[in-house]
Amino acid sequence: MENLQLVLPEIFLSLSIMFLLILGVFKKNSSRLVQSLSLAVLIVTAVITFNETIGINETKLFNNSIIIDYLSSLMKIITLLAAFLVLIISSNYLKTFQIFKIEYPILILSSVLGMMVMINSNDLIVFYMGLELQSLALYVLATFNRDQIKSSEAGLKYFVLSALSSGLLLYGCSLIYGFTGSTNFNVIADQLNSNEYALTFGIVFILVGLAFKISAVPFHMWAPDVYEGSPTSVTLFFTMVPKIAALTVFIRFLYVPFLNLIDQWQMILIFLSIASMLFGAIAAIGQTNLKRLVAYSSIGHVGYALAGVAAGTNDGIQSSVIYITIYILMNLGLFSCLLMLKRDNNYYEKIDDLSGLSKNHPMLALSLLIILFSLAGIPPLAGFFAKFYVFKAVIEQSMYFLAIVGLLSTVVAAFYYLRLIKIMYFDEQKEKYDTDHGFWLKFSLTASTLLILIYFIFPSQLIEVVSRINII
Amino acid sequence: MNFPILSSLILLPSIGALFLFFTKSDKKNNFTGKYVALFTSAVNFFLSIYLWILFDPTTSDFQFVEERIWIKDLINYKVGVDGISILFILLTTFITPLCIVSVNNSIKERLSEFLIAVLIMESFMIGVFCSLDLVIFYLFFEAGLIPMFLIIGIWGGARRVYSAFKFFLYTLLGSVLMLVAIITIYWLNGTTDVVELYNSGIDIKYQNLLWLAFFSSFAVKTPMWPVHTWLPDAHVEAPTAGSVLLAAILLKMAGYGFIRFSLGLFPAASEIFTPLIYTLSVIAIIFTSFIALMQEDMKKLIAYSSVAHMGYVTLGIFTIQQQGIEGSIIQMISHGLVSAALFLCVGVVYDRMHSRLINSYGGIVSIIPKYSILFMLFTLAALGLPGTSGFVGEFLILMGAFKDNFLVAVIASLGVIIGAAYMLWLYKRVVFGKLINTDLKQMFDLNRSELFILSCLAVPTLFFGFYPDPLINTIEVSISDLIDQYNFKLASKT
Repeated sequence: MENLQLVLPEIFLSLSIMFLLILGVFKKNSSRLVQSLSLAVLIVTAVITFNETIGINETKLFNNSIIIDYLSSLMKIITLLAAFLVLIISSNYLKTFQIFKIEYPILILSSVLGMMVMINSNDLIVFYMGLELQSLALYVLATFNRDQIKSSEAGLKYFVLSALSSGLLLYGCSLIYGFTGSTNFNVIADQLNSNEYALTFGIVFILVGLAFKISAVPFHMWAPDVYEGSPTSVTLFFTMVPKIAALTVFIRFLYVPFLNLIDQWQMILIFLSIASMLFGAIAAIGQTNLKRLVAYSSIGHVGYALAGVAAGTNDGIQSSVIYITIYILMNLGLFSCLLMLKRDNNYYEKIDDLSGLSKNHPMLALSLLIILFSLAGIPPLAGFFAKFYVFKAVIEQSMYFLAIVGLLSTVVAAFYYLRLIKIMYFDEQKEKYDTDHGFWLKFSLTASTLLILIYFIFPSQLIEVVSRINII
Repeated sequence: MNFPILSSLILLPSIGALFLFFTKSDKKNNFTGKYVALFTSAVNFFLSIYLWILFDPTTSDFQFVEERIWIKDLINYKVGVDGISILFILLTTFITPLCIVSVNNSIKERLSEFLIAVLIMESFMIGVFCSLDLVIFYLFFEAGLIPMFLIIGIWGGARRVYSAFKFFLYTLLGSVLMLVAIITIYWLNGTTDVVELYNSGIDIKYQNLLWLAFFSSFAVKTPMWPVHTWLPDAHVEAPTAGSVLLAAILLKMAGYGFIRFSLGLFPAASEIFTPLIYTLSVIAIIFTSFIALMQEDMKKLIAYSSVAHMGYVTLGIFTIQQQGIEGSIIQMISHGLVSAALFLCVGVVYDRMHSRLINSYGGIVSIIPKYSILFMLFTLAALGLPGTSGFVGEFLILMGAFKDNFLVAVIASLGVIIGAAYMLWLYKRVVFGKLINTDLKQMFDLNRSELFILSCLAVPTLFFGFYPDPLINTIEVSISDLIDQYNFKLASKT
């Protein structure tokens, strides 16, 4: 008998999803109730994950197809908390567009379940299953504001391109299966001796699929359109939560079965990383829509996180986990600001709408200023430390080219962040925005800004949390 | 010594800024806000004077060292001062209160935010000068960009956006390579602690590249020709107080960095690259002096003269002679005082006439005599007249240069003549001559606060011109030890 306690979070989450679905169908006007219950479910799942699995040594379940270790527990908790925050700050936005329905929290829960399966996976089939579960939920979420053409377009575009990338990924899986005779990561690792080049093909196809999901250049094309078209709260979800799971799979997939082929995939990762950093920085310069700009900026940030993975050491993995955590924090703050740009039931998302914000809303502008400087990686804010750890890991492997290109692209990226600051602080003011935001929105903005600001006082804590990650 | 005096110096302005942040900024509170800022920075100044009194100039060891674990197993928060850094701290704490007094006349809106930016800036600058860990140094070095960007961008002139961006991106671009170098040093030596690195030395194979990486950052910050072009823009557009901070303190970070890091950590590379520095310094001295000669805008002229003066500084540092380095430090201190004063002088007439163009003035000597006298004093100090602090610095630098390289010294000396030409010509055109522009007659002479600030700057300028001993005594031992170390490391090839 397997030890089911270790998968209790997943079991609890899936049962809750079914229960909430039934509740939502049978009880009229229950969207508020479902929303609150979903929040509770996320928190409870996080608590269960923390209690049951965080201290556990590496354990494999169900014919070694699922792995529970510190990395997976940590990433699951981050995913759950991030999803919780997204859900809690999006309700006002949804209400404005009259799409505050029961499906929204349930879809988010389903995609979170998919991500948890992905994070747990130690087998290509399980991994693919989790990936598809989360993707399907995300397609629907992208079209959630279905009366708007842009939203439907975003969903359709995402679906078509994502299905294509899933196909490639599956093809890669079948190649690997064909050459090693197994889908299990550990068995694959044992079978690596022969057929090195054939396996490389499989790795490349799978990496393409993964790079698509994490929106790394050159597989990023969907991101700006989808981010722009989706409802803002969904965009927030897109920029934060799926990246955590995808990054974990990146790490697990490359380091467990294919560590010995590091020479083969390291170059690919370095390319993905450099291309994302540079392209994200350069393409964002010309944007006029804030959500598109965020899309490019998130492409760039994914590049930095991948640089850590490319280093091929535990240090590198830890640094990229730190990076993604701090990135999530900054993104949360950024989107909280975006969700506050509301006037008369209208949300504003053009860059020019920030004009003169510092005079009308000094505190909002100040928070955004701190977040933007942090995204640009200027010390002493949290974003600097994120980059510092990544580049430290990279330089320790003597990958100077990657480090120098990465740091130079931060200078390019600084330009468009500065442009936003310029518009807020140096330009003429416009009409005021509403100030009656919900408590949670204000809370998430204040909390994320303060954490970014004072991170430099307690930098060791986060390092201690991730220092137990030990893959190699 | 248990009282953490250096951390207090760093933290105090920030606490003042925090306090200002929480006081509401209506008209009346702006007034109190100013006094809060003035009070904090004045306390900081007296604290740094106290530091100077306690400071023991007979040893080159770092004093008042504080060390705390910051990022476990990685970086320790470590601060301390020696003879080289203490003067810069004094300069910072001395200039900041004067800046705060000067905002009376120039900053009309968002005053409390401006003061917050200035105070935070002070914190960062003091941090730069006393950090004894490369990462901490980098942190403060870069963080200073944020307040300065805002100061130029929010309170600046017509082309402020362009200048602010140029300033930020130029300096950031220079600095990221330094970050790569710092991480590489950590990887090579397992520490970023400056004192330990001084003792252990850095692998000679890597020194050249590391030196270049540091150089790219410091050269932009100094600024050295040909990467000086951000400076005139930034100076011209920044508000008066911003220009003062920029000229008096920010530019000194790079000079300090050259002495502390380039000479201290990479002696072999410094030796190799000395001709490069000489060339660039001499070009800066001659070339930018000629450019300054042609300027129509007063602030731009002074900005170019800053580039020329910093050319002397870098020249002096890399002579690796006792006089040369002493001269460089004194020149930096003197330039901090004099250029601050000159920018304030320009600010004074700008506040009245709203023009910085030289040809819109002329013949104001009879209208505002007090101003003319003080302006003359600082003009003469800028061109290095004996009896002013400018002379001491330039003289020592040239003396050091003559010992090391005759040709360079001769050319640099010629620069002094051009320097005299553009400063005197500026003064002649602004103050003497016929009074053509009749609007000038409505100008009133210095008010109390302006007189106070300029006198405060005039006193040390003259005092150290006649009696530079207090400065030299403070730095002497540290520099001679630095040079001994340098030569020792060079000889033993580490």
